[in-house]
Amino acid sequence: MERAFPQGPLSRWQAGEGRGGGNRSPNHVIGATPMPAAALAPSPDTPAALAVERVSLSFGGVVALSEVDLSVAPGEIRAIIGPNGAGKSSLLNVVSGLYKPDQGRVWLSGHSFAQTPTDRLAHLGVARTFQNLALFKGLSVLDNVASGLTHSLRAGVLAQIVGSPLARREKRAVEERAEEAIAFFHLDSYRDRPVGGLPYGVQKRVELARALIARPHLLLLDEPMAGMTLTEKRELTGYIRAVRDRHNTTIVLIEHDIGVVMGLSDRIAVLDYGRRIADGTPEEIRNNQTVIDAYLGVAHDLEAGEGI
Amino acid sequence: MDWPFFTEVLVGGLLSGVMYSLVAIGFVLIYKTSGVLNFAQGAMLLFAALTFVSLTERGLPFWAALLLTLAAMVAIGATIERTVLRPLVNQPPITLFMATLGVSYVIEGAAQLLWGTQVHGLDLGIDDRPLEISGVLISIFDLFAAAVAGAMVAALTLFFRYTRIGLGFRAVADDQLAALAVGLSLDRIWTSVWTAAGVVALVAGLLWGARLGVQFSLSLVVLKALPVLVLGGFDSIAGAIVGGLIVGAVEKLAEVYIGPFFGGGIEGWIAYVAALGFLLIRPAGLFGAKLVERV
Amino acid sequence: MTDAVLKPSETSASGLPLTALGVGALLVVAFGVLPLVGGEYLFDAILTPFLALALAGLGLNILTGYTGQVSLGSSAFMAVGAYAAYNLSLRLPGLPFLLDILLAGVVAAAVGLVFGLPSLRLRGFYLAVSTLAAQFFVQWVFNKFGWFSNGSASGVITVPPLTIAGVALDGSVGRYLFSLSVVTLVTLLVWRITRSATGRSLIAVRDHETAARVIGVPVLRVKLFAFGLSSFVIGVAGVLWAFAYLRTIEPAGFNLDRSFQILFIVIIGGLASIRGAFLGAGLIVVFPLVLARLGEALLGGLFDSGVLEMSQRIVLGLLIIGFLIAEPAGLSALLDRALLNRGWRRLTARARP
Repeated sequence: MERAFPQGPLSRWQAGEGRGGGNRSPNHVIGATPMPAAALAPSPDTPAALAVERVSLSFGGVVALSEVDLSVAPGEIRAIIGPNGAGKSSLLNVVSGLYKPDQGRVWLSGHSFAQTPTDRLAHLGVARTFQNLALFKGLSVLDNVASGLTHSLRAGVLAQIVGSPLARREKRAVEERAEEAIAFFHLDSYRDRPVGGLPYGVQKRVELARALIARPHLLLLDEPMAGMTLTEKRELTGYIRAVRDRHNTTIVLIEHDIGVVMGLSDRIAVLDYGRRIADGTPEEIRNNQTVIDAYLGVAHDLEAGEGI
Repeated sequence: MDWPFFTEVLVGGLLSGVMYSLVAIGFVLIYKTSGVLNFAQGAMLLFAALTFVSLTERGLPFWAALLLTLAAMVAIGATIERTVLRPLVNQPPITLFMATLGVSYVIEGAAQLLWGTQVHGLDLGIDDRPLEISGVLISIFDLFAAAVAGAMVAALTLFFRYTRIGLGFRAVADDQLAALAVGLSLDRIWTSVWTAAGVVALVAGLLWGARLGVQFSLSLVVLKALPVLVLGGFDSIAGAIVGGLIVGAVEKLAEVYIGPFFGGGIEGWIAYVAALGFLLIRPAGLFGAKLVERV
Repeated sequence: MTDAVLKPSETSASGLPLTALGVGALLVVAFGVLPLVGGEYLFDAILTPFLALALAGLGLNILTGYTGQVSLGSSAFMAVGAYAAYNLSLRLPGLPFLLDILLAGVVAAAVGLVFGLPSLRLRGFYLAVSTLAAQFFVQWVFNKFGWFSNGSASGVITVPPLTIAGVALDGSVGRYLFSLSVVTLVTLLVWRITRSATGRSLIAVRDHETAARVIGVPVLRVKLFAFGLSSFVIGVAGVLWAFAYLRTIEPAGFNLDRSFQILFIVIIGGLASIRGAFLGAGLIVVFPLVLARLGEALLGGLFDSGVLEMSQRIVLGLLIIGFLIAEPAGLSALLDRALLNRGWRRLTARARP
């Protein structure tokens, strides 16, 4: 198997000053056998925004992920591509703690997990969207977006009922931020509508707004453009780039549209049958024979014009 | 410990458990193919027993009454499927469940409006004498019920394995879309499955009616079947059998050995508590399929 | 056009004054007018049980409508509330009755929390079945242990007359006004919660549990909160049922049929809707009376109490099925549409000179 870009030992990546600051405990340093340092790996001084180390996952004997490594530098837009069933969504689900890997670890903002605690995901500065829309159908657009800040609320139920100063302040702040996000994604005309009946593309934007309102350090997007028109895709590409440029948000996205992926990502990881078969810049992936073989071997219908 | 007595309680429990399994099987049939937890199963059972008893009391011979009741049950099953569940197709399972709750109210009301509310005795001609087998007393009626249940399970198994419509059931249970794709008629399969549930209700209704007397409370045996389903999984016939046996045994043993500490009467809830305790360890029941959540 | 477009959002700013006006008018009539014009029958047979059932429906709606956890054991918590209030007033006679009610609600909430624990692991049918454990267990406890009914031989307790701050509220109007006040207060509380961030979290858990977890909704705590709050409200409803309406308590009054009745109120009235609980309770209380009159008029002597009971069951069942098929959002949505239609007609009438 070709490892296009073998990674440096994570322990070295984590050695620098990161968001976690000085409270890093010794058990965060993995005692893995050092791998050869990568030529193009991000500078050892920058801790990865996300690192996945030798993660394997299987469902009742069916292997979904097999010793997958992934390291994403802060501010990077990283695409994960691969044929259907390659394990892309499983990887995001492992990162967000919805699946527990059989082995391997996930590093998020300086913490290492055997299984990411999903309940603390938002606190760790991670937000995500889902392959199939995962909105709260009964809530309005405004409430859906505002719910993205739930983890930051401090006022208790009683305070909310009587409307204590803290609760009122928080409510106002949340509403302001939600209005901002609604404006940013041009959702104003849908603001108070229950989200269940809105067009698909609009719902996708609402979900993105809900994820972004918390200003995450790391944003995971599972097929954000699926089912979108060309115009919508272009628009969304613009949003994603704007988010990274404005807030230096690290973005990991799964996407099938190779054209979009090539234009948007800094680096691309390729999965096939649960293995990472390549990892590199769009240019490198374009010319990687393993990738071409894997892709063309599975998806004959890929248009030549789509970039590979 | 008094082992012969323990064995007697255990065997009695296991045999009454078979009666629970009988009711639970009706649930499983429908749940497996259409994903509906049919709360009306108890009401159907009541309707069957009440109709049969009322017909025989009006002088009809056993077989004529049985056939007429059977026809009525088939009609009811098919009607429920057509008028209630078909319009609700693709609704969340819990909505379907509540609809069957409504159905059970209608059937209970209709059964008693039609045949009256008095208690009827139902004699199937089987002695309820105790039989002594190596020092353990066993009710002949219980043995008979167990035999009927066993025969029914065997018949259902054969039916599922060897008939076209039975294979259709299994295909639908596995994957509705795929079944559609290969040209199986969902309509016909669902109608037949409700018909089958009507037949199961008839068998269970007669046995339970003979045991308890035919009256409104017969409808409540559904409440005995629920912990069985929770234990065995809603979609497993084997689970319904094993779950029934376990619930029967636990109930009787608990009533005899634990009940006295609480002043008795714990039969009403011990099965639920046992099933709950079990569920906390195995959320999908004994035989239920474990689903991987896809997001 | 789709329903969603036609349905005025409950949160819409323009709808708020109208709703507030409507609620205000209702309260004025309920507090100010009815007590002056109503007769004993209206209060004892219709309004007081209506209020208690509406409150119970509201409580269940928090759990089932807003949080999506189906419970089949609601009346168990009514029983806990009723017995707790009885025993508190019996054993701690110094306590004011209002405090008894509050504490009874708290006791019901505590019991609700215990029976809500399975919700942390179980979903759907499994959870619904597990709530039946509460139903049977609680009923058994009150049947079995004479302490709860102060050793009453028949198991039926006659409750002491309602007295608030030394004022006896023993008459029909007094008990009605007392119920109305309690229901108004508790409804206000629930309304505040559904409008808060916590209310948003309840719906988030109902609509997409995984997404809720990912954005940091403490799902387990939210579920337990829903069980606790729901049981509190249902417990208080139980106190009203026992002390203001029946004036007796017995375990059989809080059986499975009562639990189903409360569930039906929520389905018929409309899930996740506060007024739904009131509309549903209204229908549930009124339709048997209408049915009785109607049956008598049509069938005369043939329509005895047995026939009445059975036809009630049938009609109730048909109502449930009908609503689930034709209007799953219940009377609340029907009302919306009716109001909107009238508004629409007025608008179009104005547009045409």
